[in-house]
Amino acid sequence: MPDRDPAPVLEVTALRKEFGDLVAVDDVSFRVPEAGSLAIVGESGSGKTTVARMIVGLERPSGGSITACGNDRSRPARSRPDRRRRGREVQIVFQDPYTSLDPRQTAEGAIDEVLRLHHGWPAERRRARVAELTDLVGLDERQSRALPRALSGGQRQRVAIARALAAEPRILILDESVAALDVSIQAQVLNLLADIRDSTGVSYILISHDLAVVRQLADDVVVLRRGRVVERGPTPRVLDDPQEEYTRLLRASVPRPGWKPARRARAAGGVTKPEENGP
Amino acid sequence: MSDPLLSVDGLTVRLEVRGERRAVLRDVALTVRAGEALGLVGESGSGKSMTARAIDRLLPRGAEVDGTIRFGGRDVHALSGADLRRYRNQAAMIFQDPRAHVNPVRRIGDYMTEALRTNLGVSPAAASRRASDMLAQVGIEGGSRRLRQYPHEMSGGMLQRVMIAAALLTEPRLLLADEPTTALDVTTQAEVMAILDELRHEYGLAMLFITHDLELAAAICDRTVVMYAGQIVEVRESGRLHDDPLHPYTAALAAARPDITRTAGRLRAIPGRPLSAFEAPPGECAFAPRCPHARDACRAGTPAITELDGGLSRCVRARELRGKLGERANA
Repeated sequence: MPDRDPAPVLEVTALRKEFGDLVAVDDVSFRVPEAGSLAIVGESGSGKTTVARMIVGLERPSGGSITACGNDRSRPARSRPDRRRRGREVQIVFQDPYTSLDPRQTAEGAIDEVLRLHHGWPAERRRARVAELTDLVGLDERQSRALPRALSGGQRQRVAIARALAAEPRILILDESVAALDVSIQAQVLNLLADIRDSTGVSYILISHDLAVVRQLADDVVVLRRGRVVERGPTPRVLDDPQEEYTRLLRASVPRPGWKPARRARAAGGVTKPEENGP
Repeated sequence: MSDPLLSVDGLTVRLEVRGERRAVLRDVALTVRAGEALGLVGESGSGKSMTARAIDRLLPRGAEVDGTIRFGGRDVHALSGADLRRYRNQAAMIFQDPRAHVNPVRRIGDYMTEALRTNLGVSPAAASRRASDMLAQVGIEGGSRRLRQYPHEMSGGMLQRVMIAAALLTEPRLLLADEPTTALDVTTQAEVMAILDELRHEYGLAMLFITHDLELAAAICDRTVVMYAGQIVEVRESGRLHDDPLHPYTAALAAARPDITRTAGRLRAIPGRPLSAFEAPPGECAFAPRCPHARDACRAGTPAITELDGGLSRCVRARELRGKLGERANA
């Protein structure tokens, strides 16, 4: 495992994103330590996915800074080596393994391509690493050589995780990566992600609406609402003893034994989405 | 006890997939009493949505159906034409994705009042008035303006409330709700569930509530049915499902889900993946390959569903394992 560095592996400061008149992300700051795990939770329109897309480089911030492994990434990469380096710093696994994999590429092919691109290793070394990675995520030989359409949702998500890890990123963004999986498969993938963090020291940024998943995987949590941070802290503290009304509402909305769904008072409902009152 | 509102018996459905007949439901039997909420829980391929579709006669063309479905004493398979349309108003379906089930180029009002105008002969003006009143009941104000809007002008949560209001307009006796809140944010889910619960009690409506979420079903349904590989494996009073399940699959499903109140060292994952009915090994318990309690007896034949402690379980070891499967027993 790499040395624990007091400097964060990722630092986001005063991040802002505007789409026309809409401020999607407003003054969001957080740090992720080496081998740490931070969850960004929120509902539709909270800006959580926009934050992830800015970190990975799919959106350009309107303001603020993003520093990963000491390198600024708030502006577009200037050269191909720069872009590749960024790929070795941050990778992302999306929610839907059905659309994020190339339908004509086997798991082995997808992983090998990343190894060639990022590390330029000879074929033999790549072959050995492909075997290690497929083994790490629990894909057998047949599955490793199958096209995505011959795999189940859980197996495809394992391929997506192995492919992301092939770049040996320091930070892995999990954007609702377990949300579409069946409960019995979701547990397997969550255990796998915990093992990978232990064995590689990779840091996670978990984008999720599912507070139980957050509890299981994230050390710290940031609660976003309409682009702004409403509460933050260690996951057990925020979930067991939420300080903000919105966090309490999120917490109370999760079904559990004896749960009675509550109808919000519409007048007091600050949570009502903007379009529900207009036009 | 009076006859149930809905009774399904021996329901077996086969669909043709790439020239091959595949079973999707195997010998499904369940009842819903008037005013009762019955949960139907399962993972992908378990047959939970297919059961609701079979009940509402919405199966794909070429489906082969055996068994009986009776609603209010009438044989559902014998219905056609106007009778079938009236039945679908009485047993109204609410789908997971409202956007896939409303016509995007028609106004909300046209969509909501269609059944009233065409099946029940209500005048357009009266139908609009009723639609607007019903919108208020599901928490949508400004009804007449809303009726002139198009689906794209509404959020997913609001559109789902429109779907519920539309289903309620024909004064159904049973709601077939297929994951109606799965695509919604948690706070919106809580709101929609509260509305459903409230209106259900107000109108004495029965509900078949389909979900992958055991906790959600347990919280809002009187009884819960658990399905695996196209079969019912357990039927239980919802209050006892979590702490005292009768089938190892139900217990495994509850244990695999992360818990919002504590961080587990490791989750108790179920090995392998859920099977569809046609993949299940013939002549043995479908869950046996993934079951920590499986013995030779489990592979000797397909277990029958048997009564135990006021519930039903399709497990040959159910009696032996009784009281040992729940969360408390494992803690």
